Amino acid sequence: MRSLLRGGLALGLTLFALGAGALDTNVLPDPALQARYVRLTHELRCMQCQNESIADSPVDLAADLRNQVREQLLAGKSDDEIRGWMAARYGDFILFRPRYTWRTAWLWGAPGALLLLGATVCWRILRNRTQLLASDQDPVEEDPRI
Amino acid sequence: MKRFLVPLVPLVVFALLALVLAIGIRHSPDKGIIVSPLLGKRAPQFALPALLEPARTVRSQDLQGHWYLLNVWGTWCGECRAEHQMLLRVKQSHAVPLIGLDWKDDDAQAQAWLTQLGNPYETVAVDRSGRAAIDWGVYGAPETFLINPTGIVVYKHVGALTEEVWTHEILPRVQGGKS
Repeated sequence: MRSLLRGGLALGLTLFALGAGALDTNVLPDPALQARYVRLTHELRCMQCQNESIADSPVDLAADLRNQVREQLLAGKSDDEIRGWMAARYGDFILFRPRYTWRTAWLWGAPGALLLLGATVCWRILRNRTQLLASDQDPVEEDPRI
Repeated sequence: MKRFLVPLVPLVVFALLALVLAIGIRHSPDKGIIVSPLLGKRAPQFALPALLEPARTVRSQDLQGHWYLLNVWGTWCGECRAEHQMLLRVKQSHAVPLIGLDWKDDDAQAQAWLTQLGNPYETVAVDRSGRAAIDWGVYGAPETFLINPTGIVVYKHVGALTEEVWTHEILPRVQGGKS
């Protein structure tokens, strides 16, 4: 029984690996390039399915764009050059990770600004409370039960 | 003074949030249509074989000097069949030449398609690898680009070309009434 289970699991994993491997058959010769390839294809949007990356999408166009990434990596292009190349054709929409530009400054800056705002509000409330306590002439009488 | 302003803070925050969301909704891609970064830019260059005369090369430079429509299509694309009648009407209007870009298609099937349904195109360039379509930022056929005489892309339509798009978006631009 156990060996049957184990056999089934092995078969399942093999089939899964085969299925997963069929989508993207590109393997770059250099592990460093391969790592960049995997990262880039995961952060570029498939324009046809729109909520998938080109790494995860089975459509033809995604395969074409993966091949572009591969070719450009092999040609020695930098990650930013490849992102720029894609965005020049498909717009910033193709980038899952928005670029740092003046147009996206508010997007990147907003969390920091909100955190600062929250911290200021917290600090002011705390300070006011301490001041209020310090200036209280008539402290609450101690509970006689304690 | 201060005491009077404090209750206004949530209101201001709400107004700002509403403003950001309103801008977001207005700019959100309408029905999944993405604004092309190509608009207002020089049309991408290509040199591809002609579908009906394979020995001849269609060059984008040769298309400069007059208005033209570049229509991306393929026989595998259902919407392309739907827009074909409209393309034939565009041809009959003689207002602007149609250049076809046959995207990742089978040549024989594409030729048969034009014989059966009629050929609305002045020339059809064959993009077997899909590389030229990528340069044009094509993500789904049919797509139609309007290019002005100086070679600038002035308008892009995604999906089947309709009478409405033709009369309200394309013709006015070609006739100089709309930029």
